[in-house]
Amino acid sequence: MERIRNFSIIAHIDHGKSTLADRMIQLAGLADTRTFKDQILDTMDIERERGITIKSQAITLPYRARDGQSYLLNLIDTPGHVDFSYEVSRSLASCEGVLLLIDAAQGIQAQTLANLYMAMEHDLEVIPVINKIDLPSADIDMVMEQIENELGLDPFTSLTCSAKEGKGIEEILEAIVERIPPPRGDSNNPLSALIFDAYYDPFRGTIVSCRIFDGMIRASQTIRLMSNKATYRVEEVGRFSLSRNKKNHLEAGEVGYIIAGIKTVSDVRVGDTITCDDHPCEKPLPGFKEAKPVVFASIYPIASDDYEELAAALEKYTLNDASFIYQKDSSVALGQGFRCGFLGLLHLDIVQERLEREYDLSIILSVPSVRYRFTMKNGESAFIDNPAHFPEPAQISKSEEPYIRATMMFPERYLGAVMKLCIERRGENSNINYPAPGRVELNFEMPLASVIFDFYDNLKSITQGYGSFDYTMIGYRESDLVLLDILVNGEKVDALSQIVYRGIARPRALQACERLKEEIPRQMFKIAIQGAIGGEIIARTTISPFRKDVTAKCYGGDITRKRKLLEKQKKGKKRMKMVGSVSIPQSAFVAVLKSENT
Amino acid sequence: MPAFISSLIDEMNMYRDSFDRFDTIYLGGGTPSLLDGRKINIILQALFSSFRFTDDLEITIEVNPSDLTLESARALHGSGVNRINIGIQSFDNNELSFLGRRHSSREGADAIENARTAGFTNVGLDLIYGICGQTLESWFKTLDFALSYTPEHLSCYQLTIEPSTPLGIEYINGSIDMPNEDLLYDFFIKSSEKLEEAGYLHYEVSNFARESKWMSKHNRKYWFHSPYLGLGPSAHSFYGRKRWWNYSSVDTYITSIKDDKMPPIEGSELLTSEQLCLEAFFLGIRTKEGIDLEEYSQKFHCDFFAQHSALLTKLIEEGIIRITDKNLQPTRRGLALADSLSII
Repeated sequence: MERIRNFSIIAHIDHGKSTLADRMIQLAGLADTRTFKDQILDTMDIERERGITIKSQAITLPYRARDGQSYLLNLIDTPGHVDFSYEVSRSLASCEGVLLLIDAAQGIQAQTLANLYMAMEHDLEVIPVINKIDLPSADIDMVMEQIENELGLDPFTSLTCSAKEGKGIEEILEAIVERIPPPRGDSNNPLSALIFDAYYDPFRGTIVSCRIFDGMIRASQTIRLMSNKATYRVEEVGRFSLSRNKKNHLEAGEVGYIIAGIKTVSDVRVGDTITCDDHPCEKPLPGFKEAKPVVFASIYPIASDDYEELAAALEKYTLNDASFIYQKDSSVALGQGFRCGFLGLLHLDIVQERLEREYDLSIILSVPSVRYRFTMKNGESAFIDNPAHFPEPAQISKSEEPYIRATMMFPERYLGAVMKLCIERRGENSNINYPAPGRVELNFEMPLASVIFDFYDNLKSITQGYGSFDYTMIGYRESDLVLLDILVNGEKVDALSQIVYRGIARPRALQACERLKEEIPRQMFKIAIQGAIGGEIIARTTISPFRKDVTAKCYGGDITRKRKLLEKQKKGKKRMKMVGSVSIPQSAFVAVLKSENT
Repeated sequence: MPAFISSLIDEMNMYRDSFDRFDTIYLGGGTPSLLDGRKINIILQALFSSFRFTDDLEITIEVNPSDLTLESARALHGSGVNRINIGIQSFDNNELSFLGRRHSSREGADAIENARTAGFTNVGLDLIYGICGQTLESWFKTLDFALSYTPEHLSCYQLTIEPSTPLGIEYINGSIDMPNEDLLYDFFIKSSEKLEEAGYLHYEVSNFARESKWMSKHNRKYWFHSPYLGLGPSAHSFYGRKRWWNYSSVDTYITSIKDDKMPPIEGSELLTSEQLCLEAFFLGIRTKEGIDLEEYSQKFHCDFFAQHSALLTKLIEEGIIRITDKNLQPTRRGLALADSLSII
């Protein structure tokens, strides 16, 4: 145990975490340059493309240190996005230390701070590492100053490296050995192991990643998951190398995997404690929480024939993503679909992209919604995340929406613009700190609904890429909420209904009407598009009809050609949705659902 | 005898016993009036000896005004042609030159008179509207002039611009200014109103008959899926579920008949029920009488009308279609939208 080190790399997005991990894997000799794929730990295409880690991964690096001893360095990779902060916290709980990676050109960012605080909560040894020193714009002195002033760490404990060029990597490995304490624990105690990740293998079922705190685990032993008391017989244990490396047993202090005939990933909960069924430990490891979705949207197949395929894809998808939940839903306009819950918008994007890419499905998503709380006049209260379930307005005595505290960091020159953006998004109780000259840390309390759309994109564009963003949920607050419906020739298009704050209902409605007007082709009669709250029309546009389209001649030689043309048009029309008497193309839904602004 | 006519006669012989009685002959498509009366006579005689015909046989020929001298009109009438369709297009010389026609307004008028003098009692005129620079007023002038001859039949076609023609290229380049959709709609509706006031029957999108007996018996076959046999280059035929068409190049047509001793068929299709159903609908909806609902649903086992009830109700409300006790019919406004109605 003395020669085991468990650590994570934490960083703001794009600060080079995956590249550093790759270099460490190379240096440990696990992969040679020939077989090396960049960013080995990010196994999914999307991860590689977006350069972010979605799921945690772990790997054991054998390392012969300068003291002549051989060590096992367990690197536990963490997801780098606010949507996944619970997963990050469970990974950190499995470590004794972290590398806090900072971009030499960008300096400290919001997530650097958020991650550091999290590491401190777990009493971890923090090794600051300044990366990207090869960049022309690298400013090591500036970052050292920030480490001292903004993080309150000793700047002289920091290391420098260029993961891209492979410089400074060995020094980092040495520091891990020297400065991060070895794990504590006793292999003779009853088993207690923390689950920090799980993924699905089509041949072996769920592969559980865990850190053993006490005791020992080996094949054929019966284990118990403490949150739901489910028991399983262990088939195999081992360490993570580039592939799985089977071992006789895992003991206290180690990080590895367990295969135990667990069918789906949702049967295990990240943060849960594994113990031995015969001699259970007294109490579970602290910090376990059920991951709760915060953003909800419905998914529909573009062609209604694809419903069964979508259902199958979702079932398969959830094998590997326990934080994604779904249930049946249906829309008059879009047919059969599923109501889904996500950890955040990035999570939603990832699910959508994977369904389209890996399962080759064309899908459409309804307007994302948060979970609102309504208290009725009869005293009952309900959480509602689907506009279809909006209560009868006359029965509502109180409506509330979830609020967050947003933390943004950016150069001072953007303060005015960012303040304006936050206030437009109904931000309140702002708080400004100047952690360093020229830099601002801005806090705002804001409704979650007003940041889930495109707040981060807007922030990035306003600050020309220098702004960073992080948030925590702070509970529910009273808010004047209404149900905004969109009507086409008097027929409600249910998939376009949204629960919104009354103050933004009108601009939202107008925007939806204008988008629909651009996308719905002219038809044989006038089409009125309206936005309405209850019976009250708050926005309106119209599409004028076309009046003549008939071909002048249609005789013997013209019929086949004409029919082929009509068959094509008919096919195109089949992809449109009929709402009452109006055909609405899929693009119209997409245009409205992709709404930005307000 | 020219090779073309002898090929045509060979082709007739290939179909000798495969069709029952015919009740119409239509000499048209291209410009059959380029052939002199003697050659037309040879073709007709060959038809009479190859096929069987009913007593009330309608024989139509399409002619260019400049080809229709009194002499040729008499020859055609003498050969048994009993319906003549003259490609007048316009009585405005500027419009005629825009259309690239080789006849003048005067020649158009002469042609009609020659037809009458030669004894034709069933004369049809083809007119075109939607010409560059044309106003409703100038169009009505042409229409009035045409009406002054009390033709039995009128076809009023909206000018169709084919992208590959010289006119089409000019149009795409933006060097000519064509009437917009609103004006074209006005042309269509106002012509229909005017002609129906004058007693004509607007029986198909572009066709008007002075009385129902003067409707083109032949063309109606296309719209009601009746069988027909097309002879000559490019000609289309239809029987049952099958449609086939000949080589469009005259040379290929002639060589194919000579070498293969088989009908010079370039392509064919066997229509599925779904295709037949679509055709029956889009062809039927072009006619005033529309679609016989009961017959249609029996023939195609189609719950189409139940499926589209919301849209149909709306279209009835908007005055685009109507449902009589038997038929689904386009209104006058509906005829202008027949293409869209075809794909509801």
